Amino acid sequence: MSIEFLVASAIGVLTMAGIYLCLRGRTFPVVLGLAMLSYAINLFLFAIGRLVLNRPPLYEKGLTEYTDPLPQALVLTAIVISFGMTALAVVLALRNFLETGTDQVDGVVEADPPRPDPEARP
Amino acid sequence: MMDALIAAPLLLPAFAATASLLFWLRYRWAGAIVSIASVMGMIVVAIILMTRAASGEAIAYALGDWPAPFGIVLVLDRLSALMLLLTALLGLAVAVHATFTGVDRKGWHFHPLFQFQLLGINGAFLTGDLFNLFVFFEVLLIASYGLMLHGQGARRLSAGVQYVVVNLIGSILFLIALGLLYGVTGTLNMADMAVRAAALPAGDRGLLRAGGLLLAVVFALKAALVPVHLWLPRTYSATAPAVAALFAIMTKVGAYAIMRTMPLILGDAGAGSFLLPAALGTMLLGFIGLLAARGLGDMAAFALIGSTATLLTAIALFDGPALAAALYYLPHTTFSAALLFLTIDLIIRWRGGEDEAIVPTPRYKGQGWLGFQFLAAAVALLGLPPLSGFIGKLLILQAATPSPYMGVIWTVVLVTSLIGLVGLSQAGSDLFWKDTSTPPITSDRSTARWGEAVPAIFLLALLAALTAGAGPVTAYMQATSAQILDADGYVGSVLGPDAGKGR
Repeated sequence: MSIEFLVASAIGVLTMAGIYLCLRGRTFPVVLGLAMLSYAINLFLFAIGRLVLNRPPLYEKGLTEYTDPLPQALVLTAIVISFGMTALAVVLALRNFLETGTDQVDGVVEADPPRPDPEARP
Repeated sequence: MMDALIAAPLLLPAFAATASLLFWLRYRWAGAIVSIASVMGMIVVAIILMTRAASGEAIAYALGDWPAPFGIVLVLDRLSALMLLLTALLGLAVAVHATFTGVDRKGWHFHPLFQFQLLGINGAFLTGDLFNLFVFFEVLLIASYGLMLHGQGARRLSAGVQYVVVNLIGSILFLIALGLLYGVTGTLNMADMAVRAAALPAGDRGLLRAGGLLLAVVFALKAALVPVHLWLPRTYSATAPAVAALFAIMTKVGAYAIMRTMPLILGDAGAGSFLLPAALGTMLLGFIGLLAARGLGDMAAFALIGSTATLLTAIALFDGPALAAALYYLPHTTFSAALLFLTIDLIIRWRGGEDEAIVPTPRYKGQGWLGFQFLAAAVALLGLPPLSGFIGKLLILQAATPSPYMGVIWTVVLVTSLIGLVGLSQAGSDLFWKDTSTPPITSDRSTARWGEAVPAIFLLALLAALTAGAGPVTAYMQATSAQILDADGYVGSVLGPDAGKGR
């Protein structure tokens, strides 16, 4: 199995899980979803310099074959920013939960889920 | 040496933020003075830069003296100089308003966050590198999270969670778009990307277009276009009105980024055909929302959406006269939306009760003046004569005449103005003309302090100046729009005159 297939499917699966979790109604899955999406993006950015094996990312005298170092620098920046943002989202979600008493994203306290009625069906 | 001044709009707020942070516990007035002085300095710098840019040449300043496609450049042209001046003027009004009304003392770090916000906005206007644009977007967003939550409260927090989540997803889309564009062109410098995009083989065109349009989606999210507008009303109505007045420039950051990047990356095959229906839909939605709003904050937020959509309608046409009209309307819509937010803040403060609701209240001191101020803000926002909105809307309608969509644009602009007029007159008569029979409660009322109205008067004076100076201002805007559409000129001044010739 080629490395391209592995990386591409990893990005796809992470994005899929991330989007699903982001659409949930509670803040905790949403934060997890954001984290998954940012992992997917980090992999994606890493791959934009083309996937090559066994080559150093740095320029050196006499070195003719090297990979593009820029995506790695970009990934580093993206990791730092998304890490900080995830921390902020977690703190904010926690404050929101403590202040409003609910962890629903839209801040509306949900009614109790309807209990199954034993006499509804014969 | 003179070129180094281009970095001043970034350095000034960065130092001011740090300096005002020193006074977070004691001598907080000193922090406010640092902040206001920094904004005044920014105005001076912006005016100097504007006179430089008015000579017509875009000036690139290479940070750290690394040459352009490899190092990061700051690019000053007429458009960025205009946006810098606009930000600084709005920043002055908001900083003074926040200090006079004591909003900055409701939480700990108003002034440092405010300065970082200005740093991010100025950076986004100056940078000539796409990844750097992403970083400055993050700077302004992080500061805006803090400012938006300033003062706290349950409603603000739950709106804040949504705002943060939506913008994090926006940042992720931004990174995907950057990845696609870098993967195709192999560069992140906007000018270099324009050169390489023009020389791409046909097979890669689709990928470039996908990346460019995805970038347009991200900027549309910032500018709150349908269908990605849902975050704005709740955020802006939940935050402090003074902060929302500053956020009036944030939707324009999206508009600026569309104007800057689309002609460079996508060339003539721009994003206009997608933007136009979205902008028209947003305009309808904004003004209908204004009519339906039950709270002052909601009303101002929807008015902001509607008037930003008017701006984007003109931008979506992407030709010389339409962009010139859009650029004339841009400062106008920013100042008038901010004026409306500052006015509702004063209404809420001076009447001392009823919080946000649009309801008749007993007479209070200063009501007559606030009525006039509300009228002026409404006239400006709807584009009625005698203020500059009338000229702006007229220019937009005129620029839309040659377009095949002229009928739709004229209908939507005129009908939405009428809807907005009905909405704002209804709100105004409820707030200022109707009288309740309940006796006035005078004891716990905050009395009107006239100093608090000074920033609003300043904004009003700016609108009047924009009206009176419409001739020279439109001449500048026409030159600006020609410069925006001249991608070769931009490339030439960033990469050197020979760039792009040999490709």
